[in-house]
Amino acid sequence: MTKSVIFISSAVLMMIALFSCRPPAPGAAATGDAASRVYVPPGEHDEFYNIVSGGFNGQASVVGLPSGRTFKIIPVFSVHPENGYGFSEETKPLLNTTHGFIPWDDLHHIAISTTNGVHDARWAFANANNTPRVARIDLTTFKTVEILEIPNSAGNHSSPFITENTEYVVAGTRFSVPFGEAADVDVPISTYKENFRGAITFISVDPDDGEMDIAFQIDAPPFNYDLARGGKKVSRDWFFISCYNTEMAHTLLEVNASQRDKDYIMAINWRRAEEHARNGKGTVIPAQYAHNKKDKNTHSATSTIKEGVLMLDPTELKDIVYFIPCPKSPHGCDVSPDGEYIVGSGKLAALIPVFSFSKMIEAIENEDFEGDINGLPILNYESVLYGEVQRPGLGPLHTEFDGKGNAYTSMFVSSEVVMWDLKTLEVIDRAPTYYSVGHLMVPGGCTADPHGKYLVAYNKITKDRYLPTGPELCHSAQLFDISNGRLELLLDFPTIGEPHYAEAFPADLIKDRQVRFFRIEDNNHPYVTRGPGEARVERESDNVVRVYMTSIRSHFRPDNIEGIFVGDTVYWHVTNLEQEWDLPHGFAIKGANNAEILIMPGETLTLKWIADRVGIFPFYCTDFCSALHQEMQGYVRVSPRGSNVPLTYSTGK
Amino acid sequence: MSPSSRVLTALSALALISAYYLPIWQILLWAPQYPEGIGMQIWIDHLTGDIASINKMNFYIGMGAISEEMFPEFLILKYVVAVIIAIGLIAAITGKRTLLGAYAVILILFGIAALVDMYLWGYDYGHNLDPTAAIKIPDMSYQPPLIGYEQLLNFLAYSGPDTAGWIMGGSAFVAVMTWLYELGLFKKLRRKL
Repeated sequence: MTKSVIFISSAVLMMIALFSCRPPAPGAAATGDAASRVYVPPGEHDEFYNIVSGGFNGQASVVGLPSGRTFKIIPVFSVHPENGYGFSEETKPLLNTTHGFIPWDDLHHIAISTTNGVHDARWAFANANNTPRVARIDLTTFKTVEILEIPNSAGNHSSPFITENTEYVVAGTRFSVPFGEAADVDVPISTYKENFRGAITFISVDPDDGEMDIAFQIDAPPFNYDLARGGKKVSRDWFFISCYNTEMAHTLLEVNASQRDKDYIMAINWRRAEEHARNGKGTVIPAQYAHNKKDKNTHSATSTIKEGVLMLDPTELKDIVYFIPCPKSPHGCDVSPDGEYIVGSGKLAALIPVFSFSKMIEAIENEDFEGDINGLPILNYESVLYGEVQRPGLGPLHTEFDGKGNAYTSMFVSSEVVMWDLKTLEVIDRAPTYYSVGHLMVPGGCTADPHGKYLVAYNKITKDRYLPTGPELCHSAQLFDISNGRLELLLDFPTIGEPHYAEAFPADLIKDRQVRFFRIEDNNHPYVTRGPGEARVERESDNVVRVYMTSIRSHFRPDNIEGIFVGDTVYWHVTNLEQEWDLPHGFAIKGANNAEILIMPGETLTLKWIADRVGIFPFYCTDFCSALHQEMQGYVRVSPRGSNVPLTYSTGK
Repeated sequence: MSPSSRVLTALSALALISAYYLPIWQILLWAPQYPEGIGMQIWIDHLTGDIASINKMNFYIGMGAISEEMFPEFLILKYVVAVIIAIGLIAAITGKRTLLGAYAVILILFGIAALVDMYLWGYDYGHNLDPTAAIKIPDMSYQPPLIGYEQLLNFLAYSGPDTAGWIMGGSAFVAVMTWLYELGLFKKLRRKL
């Protein structure tokens, strides 16, 4: 009895001793005056626009910094019933592809346009990862205005990254795939090494209106292309793309693509490639891709299927592609503001290699190669290396810069942000993230002129950071102050979708350039109704009716329509006649199997509706537009086909 | 008239030309929903500004839509101002003190007439309400202020001269002062002091 008491009590004591030995968990405390440092008083504005990718929601969100408030969702690759994007006849063509209409995609990265490597914030570019596409968002309207499909690509992950003056948007394929004619692509998967190819696409951007087109593609080895950065300043003519799966595995990549100690960063001399393309050194290969554009005066998008792309073969054009060995499946590949340092983040590596652009050029000139891949030179690691950051943490993913000589790297596995000195490669500070940070971002941190004031970590795991909402949680971001030479946690804030990359720029760059409404005089929509006198209903054929409708506070014109028959397709072309800021009108009709449309002042949008049964169908304005909003409504009468109800329409009778 | 009086008279008359190129009067409105304000400018023969917005707001309370047709004054105003300018210039050229007097008095009368006219228009605009208006508030009228600020429901209204209005006021002041000087009023005053 005594023995067992002693035994039990000593066991309990041992357990207590063991638990008390557990080191304390990292504290989550924010800096003392953090609240005042992120507080934006009512009526005042944030200092930065933060354009954040939405990942699997196919959207981008607009967040203010330092407050962390989300105040806009921009539908890009996904339909958005909230405003009819992808449902209205005007926007459907934007989501057209060679596979037909696609209502969803996975939007990973944002690139804000630059001039001389510095944000001009005219456009935001975004990638569709699943069905490869690149979109352009106009930052005066915050609307998606162009989407370009990328042929020969699969998993458009290494995208959209831009050159210094936004000459090109680059899109590297994550999945290498065979391309060419049907016979070339119907091959056994096991013939990966022989038949699969990795296309790197260069999309030209018109300097005036931003219009994109595919300039050329580079036929690269069948690796997985992960992330990329354009060079700047000294390295402005180069592009750097991280590659993994240089083992060229086609199955069980988690093992088979993690075998080699070093994969590569591919350096592309795009200026040289451009010259070759201009001099007709490539081959036009068969390919099809959709090019979708929205016209700002017709408020309507068109989709064109284009044919053929110019393919450059770097094994023949020997001066455009070089490989820099980089440890363990590099993910991020980031270029310092001066363009001299290229930071590779080997996601399975225990160090961060920093490469020197000038040493790279020297190595190329001296042909200091340690081997080749199908004749493409592999530079000597030691010759190109500036140095390694030792013991930075585990799972480095992405690096940004503050313009004061510091770099910040996200560590997925050790769940922290690490601040280090770009010259000495010494770690200066580290801060835990909650939890497992993916991308991080400093406003302007990927440009030649970073605004080194804040850093945002976009975390992949949320768990207990907010009130729990069942199994599916929001993704969390964290704001740090980096202006005092260390990492100071200020704020956690929830985000929309799953942010991957984001960029931020000073609000002053664009806030005075915002379009407040569309001028009705400039509206060239083919079905515009420019004034209440033009409102009408026309029967176009036996089963197509077009309603030329106006909306203005607080009525639709016409608001009583008769003479519609079962089976008719009715196109509601609604023009919002308001010419004032923030006066949208919505339009919804009972039984519509698509969505509402939300029409901005001066804009025309079209909702397609099929009269599927006899009856009276109400329609109404969905946006609380005025004191008489609830009165803004109307009726349409649907009669049996063959009945003799004449087509009539009226308002106020 | 002394040479400097003639120059002042000429400048006063020439400054009135601004009425053809700049707005004369302005009405500004602020409301919780319009923190940036909306406004209307009255020119010698037309209106500019957010008239459509103002009309849309006023529709709820049954006020008439503002349009240029509401102002028959626009048809004659430019000729009236031209005549006044001509009188001023002739006074300056001929140097006749009586003509200067006529010019100063006409200018003052013109200003008063314009204000009376504005008041009458404002009275009619603010009181003559559509009986089918959506919002009816007993005993409420919406006459804009003649000069200055006034709260009308959710709107703070301001009415006052715009650039050309201020210039015309300045012209009238110079004309009157020059005339009083020519009448010897200032000398008499100085003697008394």
